[in-house]
Amino acid sequence: MSNWSWEVFAEAFPIVLEGLGITLGLTIACYLFALIFGFFWTFLRRIPFKPINWIVTWVMEFIRSTPPLVQLFFIYYAWPMVPVVGVTLDPFTSAILGLGIHFSTYIGEVYRSGIDGVDKGQWEAAKSLNFSTKQKWTKIILPQAIPPTIPMLGNYLIIMFKEVPLASTIGVAGILHMANSYGAQYWTYLEPLTIVAILFLIMSYPSAILINKLEKKMNRRFDKKEALNSSKGATA
Amino acid sequence: MKGLTITITVLLGSAFFGYLFAFIAGLCRLSSNIFLRKFTGFYVEVFRGTSLIVQLFWLYYAIPMLFGIELGSNWWAGVIAIALNYGAYMSEIVRGSILAVAKGQTEAATALNMSRFQRMRLVIFPQAVRMMLPEFGNYLIQMLKATSLVSLIGMTDILYYGDIIRSSNLSQAPTVYILVLFFYFILALPLIFLTRKLEGISKKGVAN
Amino acid sequence: MTEPIVTFNDVHKSFGDVKVLKGIDLDIRPAEKVAIIGPSGSGKTTIIRMLMTLEQPTSGDIIVDGTNLWKMDKKGKQVTANEKHLRAVRGDIGMVFQHFNLFPHMTILENCMTAPIHVKQESKSSAKDRSIEMLKKVGLGDKLDNYPSQLSGGQKQRVAMARALVMRPKVMLFDEVTSALDPELVGEVLEVIRDIAKDGEMAMILVTHEMDFALDVADKVLFLDEGVIAEQGTASEVIEHSKNDRLQSFLHRFRN
Repeated sequence: MSNWSWEVFAEAFPIVLEGLGITLGLTIACYLFALIFGFFWTFLRRIPFKPINWIVTWVMEFIRSTPPLVQLFFIYYAWPMVPVVGVTLDPFTSAILGLGIHFSTYIGEVYRSGIDGVDKGQWEAAKSLNFSTKQKWTKIILPQAIPPTIPMLGNYLIIMFKEVPLASTIGVAGILHMANSYGAQYWTYLEPLTIVAILFLIMSYPSAILINKLEKKMNRRFDKKEALNSSKGATA
Repeated sequence: MKGLTITITVLLGSAFFGYLFAFIAGLCRLSSNIFLRKFTGFYVEVFRGTSLIVQLFWLYYAIPMLFGIELGSNWWAGVIAIALNYGAYMSEIVRGSILAVAKGQTEAATALNMSRFQRMRLVIFPQAVRMMLPEFGNYLIQMLKATSLVSLIGMTDILYYGDIIRSSNLSQAPTVYILVLFFYFILALPLIFLTRKLEGISKKGVAN
Repeated sequence: MTEPIVTFNDVHKSFGDVKVLKGIDLDIRPAEKVAIIGPSGSGKTTIIRMLMTLEQPTSGDIIVDGTNLWKMDKKGKQVTANEKHLRAVRGDIGMVFQHFNLFPHMTILENCMTAPIHVKQESKSSAKDRSIEMLKKVGLGDKLDNYPSQLSGGQKQRVAMARALVMRPKVMLFDEVTSALDPELVGEVLEVIRDIAKDGEMAMILVTHEMDFALDVADKVLFLDEGVIAEQGTASEVIEHSKNDRLQSFLHRFRN
């Protein structure tokens, strides 16, 4: 531990901490974007027309199986050059779009698993009671489909929180970016990067425990033996 | 595209060590030795609790400063970071799958007078591995995506070359990145089909 | 009379605060067929699970062929048996489970061969020959390469019996082996048990709800009620001529 300096630690701490607001803000923004955009995928996949269904499935597969970092670069560097629709976006907006779209494909799957998880008899019951389409969704299906997905959605919030530092590569001044620029300036990466790691741990570990508890509670309430599926580790 | 080799070797290295770490840590967490259990628990929580990109920078920039040692090369830094990170996630799958093998299986093996080791090797483990397969396939795709991060520590992978071409000719940026994305997708395709196949395999041959 | 192969001496078992068994005394002689009947929750299954070392008794001794199963000598002191001791003693015992517990990743033949090869270090060919012989005996000689998932419940249970028989136990335990089966499949399984019982040399303990079957096969019937053996004797004594009220009402419910 010869090169560890508490002095540097103390000096770097407030500087790194300055980025925390941006990191958290970006997390929330990306998350909200993904939550809303996820509905869009779920809706598209429900269109009962085979070719569209097929295309949507593969577009989602494409977005899910290619690196979010490259998608981020595409939106930040390449989008402005695209003819006609291209516009220049600031780093923060690019990050919301890039990470938001990437994770919306996962969120869409969560919604879908929630809807598929509603017992078939419920649809038939709704039909037999002569509900309208809107009533069927708002009164019967969604109230049952959404609660079981809450722990999974919570999980994705934590996962996205851990992906947000990718945005430092296009210059969003979150905690990782602050630590890196401090490191580059004084040529000491050890302490600032350790601070970043500690900050992540402090925030994600208790939330993970919270989600875990929530999940157990939900499973009891809905009498499920296990969660719909374990969140399929969506990290970059 | 020269970067392809780097991306593939990093993926293979990460996958090998990632699965290795996953099995070691997963089994340690089920051990009766409390020290071993706590220690691996700590490893898993730290690496799952922080983000991969932070771990990568930490290994690449901070470790050499802390201990005055070099990890050998940025290839090793990248592979070790990805393997440690995904090893931590996948160790939970190893642990969960072993615990998920029906209790009756252990009892039947006991009734046939198998030793603890035989119960594990002949009965529990073969079934647990079948359960792990689909998730392991999924994580392989995640690891492929994660390899793109090594361009940030100066490795010349697909993304690195994409960046080089883009910076020499800005107007080509859309084509370049679409190409890069398609390269990753082409690499991912066999993994996607593999995962689907593994799901099929794992549905057979497991007690419910 | 011959020495008992299994003896229970004042065996108690509690799960947490719940006392399941409150002092069981029991002798089982070689080749004896014993049926244990009683209401659910009376501890029938717990008795044979302790004998199979799947549960540890809270107090009391279980002696198998002259050796204390759950206790061993260590520097002159009686201590709880370790895995090695348990392994040495339980080799004489085999068990068939309510839910079959076949190994789903192995074929029928492999299910039977695994233990002789790995536990008894038998040669592959002799393990295979005897496994095939036993599978033929239970009427499944044509299913050797099938997986358990391809069989009916009755067939699975017959495989489970063959698997236990291949180990040549001196005592065989049957834990409600027909309870998980569809009614029309019960007969074929009972038929195989009758067959095994006729061979004679092996002691059998059957936990069962099939009264007529118990009457037919068992030399001795135990009625277990509220953690104690409330009634015992030959099958006809217990099932047909007992004056115990609780036994009468228990049997009454089954006869309807």
